[in-house]
Amino acid sequence: MNTPAINALRSLIADDGGTLLDEWLLSLKAAGGAANGRVNENELRTQCRDFLAALQGAFESDAPTDTHTAAYEPVTAILDEMSRSRALQGFSPSETATFVFSLKHPLFARLRRSSKDVEALGDGAWALTEVMDSLGLHVMQVYQTSREQVIKRQQEEISELSTPVVKLWDGIVALPLIGTLDSSRTQIVMENLLQSIVDQEAEIAIIDITGVPTVDTLVAQHLLKTVAAARLMGADCIISGIRPQIAQTMVHLGVELNMVSKASLSDALALALKRTGRMVVPRPIASKS
Amino acid sequence: MDRIPILKLGSALLVTIQVDMHDRLAKALEDDITAKIMTTGAKGVLIDISGLDIVDSFMGRMLDTIASVGRMLDATTVVVGMRPPVAITLVELGLTLVGVKTALNVERGMALIGISVDDFEEVDRHDGG
Amino acid sequence: MTGGETIPIRESSDVIRVRAEVRRLAIGLGLGVVDQTKIVTAASELARNTLVYGGGGHAVLEVVEGKGRRGLRLSFEDHGPGILDIGQAMIDGYSSGRGLGLGLSGAKRLSSEFEITSVVGEGTRVVITRWN
Repeated sequence: MNTPAINALRSLIADDGGTLLDEWLLSLKAAGGAANGRVNENELRTQCRDFLAALQGAFESDAPTDTHTAAYEPVTAILDEMSRSRALQGFSPSETATFVFSLKHPLFARLRRSSKDVEALGDGAWALTEVMDSLGLHVMQVYQTSREQVIKRQQEEISELSTPVVKLWDGIVALPLIGTLDSSRTQIVMENLLQSIVDQEAEIAIIDITGVPTVDTLVAQHLLKTVAAARLMGADCIISGIRPQIAQTMVHLGVELNMVSKASLSDALALALKRTGRMVVPRPIASKS
Repeated sequence: MDRIPILKLGSALLVTIQVDMHDRLAKALEDDITAKIMTTGAKGVLIDISGLDIVDSFMGRMLDTIASVGRMLDATTVVVGMRPPVAITLVELGLTLVGVKTALNVERGMALIGISVDDFEEVDRHDGG
Repeated sequence: MTGGETIPIRESSDVIRVRAEVRRLAIGLGLGVVDQTKIVTAASELARNTLVYGGGGHAVLEVVEGKGRRGLRLSFEDHGPGILDIGQAMIDGYSSGRGLGLGLSGAKRLSSEFEITSVVGEGTRVVITRWN
């Protein structure tokens, strides 16, 4: 393909005497693309230069207006890297997208200067707009995906942080639950508990729900399933700290927890110690003599 | 046909399942254990399934049957070492094996049927000497 | 969707082969170990149904994509007697042969999606999917 519009595109960067990079950097900084100096000046310059070189390569290809061809792979690779690293560093969407969009102004200015007539300018502008918009969208897509990955990882970290399984004694572990339990969090928590039973060789696991404000049917079922699974593995569960309202709700919902339940964590621990053949007694006061 | 070995340890039988069993092998094991309880007069049967990465309803039913038959023959069956994902899946499947005793490992399983590890070491020494 | 893999189910060792292949695909898909165990167990139940009630048949295992995620789709097909009352067959404990009758309902609980079609005299087809 060799339409005038495409020839115009090809000459844009090729005929540049090296000033395009400087103009772009100025435009980029003016638009906040350097994020108040958070991006290293030299790094940005290298990134921009590499990008221009890659873009020039893509313009020379058979279909320079189609950004989904193999010729554009070096271009999108640079954009992928840029968007991903900025998304991870907490840049805003516009700070990220500006990288591409700030190049529009210097490129359009060049196009205007090199176009011989209005028709050529119109065609060239359309071709250039198509390319730049498509690249801009690509940047946003990668940015979005990277942000979603960050959020997913944080959610996982939070749910792990908030559910530590603690060893109370040899063979006794406890899971103090705090906050509202939803179905997916309960599932993760319970899987952690069962794994801890294996790791600690715990014959008794105490699930303390003092810090849980409400329990719905689904969560109650998860609790029941966990108790059943622990038993299959050879460990017993004790539930402690069921609030009166929760007990009432559960009876009304028809999910009576058919399991050993104690009022407080300390009662549960006392029972666990007793079951594992231990006793806690006051120490006799030593006589002073 | 392959068979799962059954070891006699003192007054208990120890079966360690480490291969993915097809149904005929599972059925053969059920028959073998029953026969061995009779011939040895064992008081306990330990089935170590820590090597299994799934237990489906057929294998679950087999464990249940062995426990029930064992009970009638005055032997306590303990299933030992079930992995967490296997336990979660069995519960989800609707099989909770209420008639089967369970333990975390062989040592605890032995204690559960009233035989300590020391006891059968004693027996082993007697057997050896 | 990648090309499916077909495994004939003619004898009880084929059930083991189905389990091993489903495990391999589930690991490749990046499923967690609990989800792996669930889908392998569901596959085991259905493969056994195909063998015992359907008189043999085959399984098709494939990795599918949809709604931005990937999953494992398993189809079990036989040309056996078929099921007269599917609603009845799905109830826990119902069984027309051996087993505890947890095969169908259990497999359904272990899957994200479950679909069954059966024609008396022609055969049964069960399709389950587990999404990552």
